Amino acid sequence: MSVLVVAEHDNKNLKSSTLNTISAAEKLSEDIHLLILGNKIEDLAKSSKSIQLVKKVIICDHEKLENQIPELSSPIISNLAENYSHILAPSSTFGKNLLPRVSALLDVTQISDIIGIESQDTFIRPIYAGNAISYVQTDQKINLMTVRPTSFEKCEETGGDAAVENISFIDSEIKTTFVSREVSKSDRPELGNARVVVSGGRGLENSDNFKLLYDLADKLNAAVGASRAAVDSGYIGNEYQVGQTGKMVAPELYIAVGISGAIQHLAGMKESKVIVAINKDLEAPIFNIADYGLSSDLFQAIPEIIKELDLLNQIES
Amino acid sequence: MKVLVAVKRVVDYKVQIRVKSDNSGVETQNVKMSVNPPDENAIEEAVKLKEQGLANEIISVSIGDDKSQDVLRTSMAMGIDRSILVKSQNTLEPLAVAKTLKIIIDKEKPDLVLMGKQAIDDDSNQTGQILSALLNWPQGCFISNLKIENNKVFISREIDEGIENLETSLPAVLTCDLRLNTPRFASLPNIMKAKKKPLETIDIDTLGIDTSSKIKTLKVIEPPKRKAGIMVNDVKELVQKLKYEAKVI
Repeated sequence: MSVLVVAEHDNKNLKSSTLNTISAAEKLSEDIHLLILGNKIEDLAKSSKSIQLVKKVIICDHEKLENQIPELSSPIISNLAENYSHILAPSSTFGKNLLPRVSALLDVTQISDIIGIESQDTFIRPIYAGNAISYVQTDQKINLMTVRPTSFEKCEETGGDAAVENISFIDSEIKTTFVSREVSKSDRPELGNARVVVSGGRGLENSDNFKLLYDLADKLNAAVGASRAAVDSGYIGNEYQVGQTGKMVAPELYIAVGISGAIQHLAGMKESKVIVAINKDLEAPIFNIADYGLSSDLFQAIPEIIKELDLLNQIES
Repeated sequence: MKVLVAVKRVVDYKVQIRVKSDNSGVETQNVKMSVNPPDENAIEEAVKLKEQGLANEIISVSIGDDKSQDVLRTSMAMGIDRSILVKSQNTLEPLAVAKTLKIIIDKEKPDLVLMGKQAIDDDSNQTGQILSALLNWPQGCFISNLKIENNKVFISREIDEGIENLETSLPAVLTCDLRLNTPRFASLPNIMKAKKKPLETIDIDTLGIDTSSKIKTLKVIEPPKRKAGIMVNDVKELVQKLKYEAKVI
């Protein structure tokens, strides 16, 4: 049967999490349909139809879908459900906010944040902040799942020519109105799919000191992350938090600076390929999972690293 | 305004959990159990609403075995007026939890339902969203700020891109992020007082809903362990290792 992927996007571009989710769908079916709910999404539909794995792009284009209020989107999705064996969405705040509502409308139990697909009905998901891995099986009429983006490769965005189908908007009376979105603008790569992440913790001591991390991140073309302690202390915005209740990341290189390594933080980054920990406290648990540990004062170490990187670049050029 | 808070009893966040040797699940016997952390934020918010004179009654509900009375007593020690324990020997999936809560809500008729955005044991992050859909009430998830004025509800939600601000109305279901507030510690006198507050018990079998599991756990295993790393002596060595050994810069 066919699999429906609910696209995460900003009405102009797909978020990369959608591409990871399509890769997960490929393990379930060759007939993958991509559902895009939004406002003024003609261009988005056009660019999405070239995704090789996608056989059909279904779009619902309506001004009321501009801000993707889940009370409005969920009935549109549940209305399509009978055609599908599985409905997938990224396990981002977008997917988490939306898909459980669809599960309620369909009266099925959703499986959250899957990291692996064993078969059509058997899935792997982390529990207890990733300190245990659960294999679950279901025989429900339809399987709803949110997909952890970092556990699946991004699919190719080109090479396909999917059919595009327009579906009509189903209006629901809702009480919620969108007021505003406070989004930090940055030229750095997106935290969720950056090749390198430089993260800071309480050891940074204040928001001004985070500038040190930004300098290092820019040298490495890295995204910036943070521990919950740093976000709670107001050093940096919530969108930078890595961990059980923040973002999951799995970059090639994760540099943890002044982060002690609470299990809730490790949950968000321990799938990184190479982990570097810089902390003056030798007892910090972050060193237990680091490939390279440096016990040093970060305020000395970071400028030195930047200097060394500059030297390396000079040698190479 | 009447506020209902849903509370889950979970393995304490500081406990290093252990997978059972028969791979049937995670060891929960003889480990410290606590209120699910973001549920504490929900309790705190309800207590604040009462202190501000916006709420006149605040109640907490938990679903679980007799031991879940602990977390309800904790909630009452923090300021909740009374509690309801829906007794169930089995662990419920989020859909069944939401259906159970809906029955309690139909009876209690609160104007606002608060709960944590996710339980730190199964990390599902579903119950509030499902409940909102079942009740056909507005949903506000992962909130880090709440203001209620003349039946209007202003919330800030933590999203991956930053903050989203929404306006909605009561009744509503809101799920709380850890940054919504700082939960208070229950003082000893309040812990004593909480022992006398009403705690009603309802057997889940009397509610007439299907709470059976739709998902079968085949096995629970330990995550793969990372191999031990090394300590480097200085920055120069670190950068060299990253460049020529790990080849990541």
